[in-house]
Formats: sequence, C-alpha cells, structure tokens
Amino acid sequence: MGRKLLLEHDDKPGIQGLDGYRTHGGYRSVEKALRTMSPEAVLDEVKTSGLRGRGGAGFPTGMKWSFLAKPEGVPRYLVVNADESEPGTFKDRYLMERIPHLLIEGMITSSFALGANTSYIYIRGEYFYVARILERAIEEARAAGWLGKNILGSGFDHDIHVQVGAGAYICGEETALLESLEGKRGNPRIKPPFPAVKGLYGCPTVVNNVETIAAVVPIINDGGAEYAKIGVGKSTGTKLISAGGNIKRPGVYEIELGITCDEFMNSEEWCGGVDGRALKAVVPGGSSVPIIPADLYYKTVNGDARLMTYESLADGGFASGSMLGSGGFYAYNDAQCIVRSTWNHTRFYHHESCGQCSPCREGTGWMEKVLHRLEHGEGRMEDIELLWDIQRKIEGNTICPLGDAAAWPVASAIRHFRDEFEYHVLHPEKVKDPKHFAHAPFVRSPKFATA
Amino acid sequence: MPKVTIDGIAIDVPEGTTILQAARMIGERNTADRHVVPPAMCYYTKLKTSGGYCRTCIVKVSKASEKDPRPMPKPVASCRTAVMDGMVVENTTSPELLEARKGVVEFLLINHPLDCPICDQAGECHLQDLSYENGAVTSRYEFERRTFDPIDIGETIKLHMTRCILCYRCVKVAEQITDGRVHGVINRGDVSEISTYISNAIENDFSGNMIDVCPVGALTDRTFRFASRVWFTNPVDAHRDCDKCSGKTVLWLKGKEVLRVTGRKDQWGEVEDFICNTCRFDKKDLKHWSVEGPRKIDRHSVIGQGHYLLQRKQQLLNSPAPNVPEIAKRKELKDR
Repeated sequence: MGRKLLLEHDDKPGIQGLDGYRTHGGYRSVEKALRTMSPEAVLDEVKTSGLRGRGGAGFPTGMKWSFLAKPEGVPRYLVVNADESEPGTFKDRYLMERIPHLLIEGMITSSFALGANTSYIYIRGEYFYVARILERAIEEARAAGWLGKNILGSGFDHDIHVQVGAGAYICGEETALLESLEGKRGNPRIKPPFPAVKGLYGCPTVVNNVETIAAVVPIINDGGAEYAKIGVGKSTGTKLISAGGNIKRPGVYEIELGITCDEFMNSEEWCGGVDGRALKAVVPGGSSVPIIPADLYYKTVNGDARLMTYESLADGGFASGSMLGSGGFYAYNDAQCIVRSTWNHTRFYHHESCGQCSPCREGTGWMEKVLHRLEHGEGRMEDIELLWDIQRKIEGNTICPLGDAAAWPVASAIRHFRDEFEYHVLHPEKVKDPKHFAHAPFVRSPKFATA
Repeated sequence: MPKVTIDGIAIDVPEGTTILQAARMIGERNTADRHVVPPAMCYYTKLKTSGGYCRTCIVKVSKASEKDPRPMPKPVASCRTAVMDGMVVENTTSPELLEARKGVVEFLLINHPLDCPICDQAGECHLQDLSYENGAVTSRYEFERRTFDPIDIGETIKLHMTRCILCYRCVKVAEQITDGRVHGVINRGDVSEISTYISNAIENDFSGNMIDVCPVGALTDRTFRFASRVWFTNPVDAHRDCDKCSGKTVLWLKGKEVLRVTGRKDQWGEVEDFICNTCRFDKKDLKHWSVEGPRKIDRHSVIGQGHYLLQRKQQLLNSPAPNVPEIAKRKELKDR
C-alpha cells in the first residue's frame, strides 16, 4: 500500500465541509506557514520537495515560482488551472469534488509564498457543479477567517475567486486561460513575455494545476525533504492518475511516483489488469502524449522495467517512449482499433483548435479528414505518408502546444501501428464494420514490435 | 547595440528590434540582400501586437545569443522575437526551415479558393507572392474547401471570408485607429471567421484602411470592384489638404479617371500613412488632387507591367536582382 498525501482522507465522512476537513488536520499548513515561516522559507520547501507541475509539462514548481517578477506596487496573482479538459484526465475533478478545502488551503499557502493577495480558480464550464462546491467551501473558509483580511493575525490578506470557463480545451493553455479570465477570446498569447512577468491584467502571475497547488499542503506540513523521499530521481512525491479504458478497475488513484508500470497495470490495488483480453496499447498521460504498444509500456527498449515516473515513461524519446503528462491513463485491449482512436483524437483537436495560427487551424482539419477516410475504408497507401508529413509540419510551428498535442498522437500511432493503417487500406470491406477488431484481433507484425 | 547575423549577413540594430525588422534593415541597406527578409502575412509594423499568427515568417535561430549560444529548439516567429546580441539566424540557408515554411504556405492555401482570376487583389496579393516564392506547384488537399458567402460590411467594403487567412490585421486596425471596433473573429478553429456581430455595418472615418492592410482579397473596395485589373491601371502619387489624415495617397488611374485611391505602400507592402475614408472613397476626381508623379513600383511587381520601361531598365543596369541573380543576368543580357 503506497503512501497517500492528497487522497488520504478522501473517504472520511464530512471531509467536504470545513469541520470535517479540520478534524483530519486541515489548514495546518496555513497555520505553519503564516505563523512560523517567511514566504521565502515556503518557497524553499517547495524547491526542496522537487515538486513538478502536475498539469502535464512537469516543470519544476519551485523554479516557476522563483521566476515570478516582483516589481514594487504591482499586484501579483496566483491562478489555479482547473480547466481540466485533456481527454482521459479527470483527477482534478475528483480532488475538488471530494476535498475542496485541500485546494483552498494550498492556494492560501502558495499565495503567501508568492505574495499574491488575490487568486483565481479557472474551472471548466462542464464542472459547474464543482464550481458550486468550491464556492461553498470558500464561503465557509472566509467565515472561519481563513480568507479575508489579516489571516491568523499575520497581516496577510487573501481572497479567492472562482471563474467558470465556457468549456474550451484551449483555455487550459495558461496564456489562453489568462485571456479568457480577463474576459477576452481565449486565444493563447505569444510568449515571451511569460505570465511570470506579464500575466493576468499585465501583472506577474503564476498559473498552476489544481494538483500541484494541493501538493503544496503536505510539502509544508511534513517538509520538502520528507516529500522528496518519495519517488525516484527527479520525479518526487505522489501523483494522481485517472485510469480508464479497458482495465478492470477504472478510477482515480494516488500513486507514489516510481512504482513499475507493470504493478500499476496489474496490481489489484490499482488498475487490476486488462479487461478480459490482451493489452494492445497504452496512453499513459492524457490524449496528447504518444500512444505506446503494450510491450514498450512494460519495458523500455533497453529491457528495463518501465516505471511510472516522468523520466522513465519518456525513456527512449518519442521513438519508443511517451510522457507522464497529466496522468490521464488509458489502456486499449486488442479489440480496439488504433486508427479509429487516432481519428477520434484528431477530431477532438480539430474541434478545439482556436484558429489563431495557420498550421494548427488548417492542419488538424486536414488530418481529421484523411484519418476519417482511412478508418472508413476509403484510404490509400499515400495517405499514411501524407499524414506523417502534415503532423511533421504542424509540430513545433505553432504558437502554443496544442499543435504539438495534435501532432504527437498521429505520429506515434503511425510509428508504432503503421501495419494497422496499411490493413485499413488493404481491407476496406472489413474495416467498414465499426467493431472490426472485436471478433478477430489485429496481429501486429513483428517488425513493429520495438519500432 | 545588439549584433545579429542573418543568413551570414551581420547588422547592428537598436535594442528591442525584432528579427524581422533586423532582416528588413539588411534589405533596406542593400537591395541585393533582400532575400534574407522572411515573408510576413500577419505582421504589420504600424499595428501594435500584430504578428505571430500566420507563421510564414518563422526562422531558425542557430545561436540564441553571445551569452547563451544554444540554438532555439523550435523555429520562432521572427516578427515577434527580439534579437539578442550575437544571435545567429538562418532563413533561406536552412533547408529544413524552408521545408517548414513550405508547409505553412500549404496550410494557408488548403482552404483558400485560389480564385485569383476573379479576385480584385490579384497582382498585389501577398498570398500570391508567398505561394509563388515558397509554395508547391500543386495541392495535396482533396477535400471540399471551407466556403462562406461574400457579405457587404458597410457601404464601401466587401468581405470575402472564403479568401481570408485570419491575419487579424483588420481587427487591429479597427481596434487601434478607429473609434470602436464592431467586427472581430467569431467561432473557432478552421471555421472561425471575421464578422460583425450581428450583421452590423462598419461605419467610421478610417474603416477603409482595413482594405489596405488586408494581405489577401478578403476585404476589397466596393467602389473599385471589377473596375479594372490593377496592372492595367496607372498609379500616381498625389496629395490633397485633408483635415482628417495626411492626404498623401496613391491614385490608380485609367486615362484621366480615378478608379481607386489607396494609401502609399512601402516596399514591404505596408502603408506609410493611414488615410481617411473621405480621401479614399469620395474624392474620385483628379480635380481634388495635386498629382506628384508616377508611383515607383517594384520591378518584380506585375503592376509595373508595361509602365516606366525606362526606369526599369535603369534599375536593371544599376542593381543585380535581389531574389534570383541568374534570371537577372539573363535579362540583363537580353536587354543589351
């Protein structure tokens, strides 16, 4: 049984309310930070902990905080990114729904370190009921004196506002999120300037994921060094993984970074193994990370067991690895069609592209049309090369990472499952049945086994 | 002053200059070096926060600065990236960059109708130039193109959304030089469109500048539509006393008839001064204007076709052609 830092008390009665939360040690980190620590000391603890951004990119949080510009007389902001829209990811929803005060506590402590007197939670439109839970919790916290003027007599003022987005995937990109928060069209900004220098309303801003901010609470309670003891190498602490797809026990799990992929997939504590059939492929970190075949999920190309860490999952680069991403883990059994799944992913990115810069605006739609043709038995061999070329020309040439996110699933699907694409061209009649691999699983040719 | 090297040509530029501006300075210093200037479809010097969207001006930075000599991992938009001292930029010398740009041009063209034969912008269209210089001969796109119905946005401007490449220039014009923007980009992704909300007319004294900044034929002058191809008209510099703008314009004449009035565009296709709608739409008679003389047209432009032959010959003799030296040499021999 691994250690749980965030979800330790998630099943306790009354944990959603302030009283229940307090009986399980809630708001200790605020007391500790505001009464006994300086903002710099809090920042140092976060740096020591080695905490990395849990939204997907995995950027060291302490470093991000230290980049925050601190000009005189200009307010600073903390913005929590609760626009959890990555397909396959639903960990933040669970956290906010179950233990809203954990996020609020983390926000107060983090804002104290950053010197921010106002912070915002930008939550996706589909989570309107979660926004209500958060607002109720904020109201409770405010009434109890955890928010407002002069918290705990420390002279630190803080307030939190919840802003509900309108449900655009792109608004999860930090600069698009800030634009949307300012009431504008959610188009990503061109960086530099980075939000740490010019963010919300032109002021220095830190944008962090819900889970990142929540993780600040155990870091301050137990100390950064204690947190850093969990995990392997630069992947420290625990991570929420939202597991789905063809597994026996889908759900949100808190894992210690560093358990093996095999354990995560097959242990009864976590996914409980593949749903009845053979494992075909895994997307370990949300729809934008590369899809990897089962053998590469369990073992790296060097034959080492793959671990659930930022480094190990990325081992081998894009040729044979993937990314931990946001922790939106989903597995495919051998009844699933990779071409169909890739088409579905691309359809999503086409729909969600903001239309600001040309490669993503035009390229995603083009890829979707080609993939649609392939999946429905009307494709040609050249289409595979065409797809490869389109994704190559999108990747790296766009303003924000949505272009890359749209390109990577296509690239990895072709890289590892090219023979399945070829099968779709060669057997148009068979693939016209939407469940074409349900009765007779597709057998990968051995030449693609290790790509 | 930071020193930047673009395609092997070094220049000292003021602090805060963008790579694109530095390249243009090189081009202005010596016309023979104009090939280092990246094409730009959405950037407009006179419009703040423009640029960064079309991605045609991407360049490869092989050395970020003297202090940090690492290359930048991805191509950067030269119009929005400031130079650092010691920066080394590759534009036309990097085959992979040219390949990436070719990709961008292809993306811009897949939903463009390519209706140049019936488009008023033909001959002065930046997308035409771009695809001619950087694009492929054929398209690999086989699906139905995105289409919209042309609409009149106000008395004087026609919007062909089908041709639009979403450069946002007209939005910035409305925001920065007119009082009150009534149009913008609505919807998302490849169905996003420039539009007024809802069916509003754009009525203000400077709205006509949207036509000048539009790099394609999406916004055209309704008072000039289908009157003539631009290369059959005779552009002359002219001015008048105007209480709203500088009054410095170009008149596009056919005989003594003023077919249209536009701002004066420099060698990068950007107007020198924004002009008002009175000058642009209401003064279509030579008697309102003091004509200064023929407009200098770049010898590569189709607009110069048949005009000012003497001047062009002189130019040919004086300067080696910037873009394609071999062709210039051939032409020079022929002219002799």
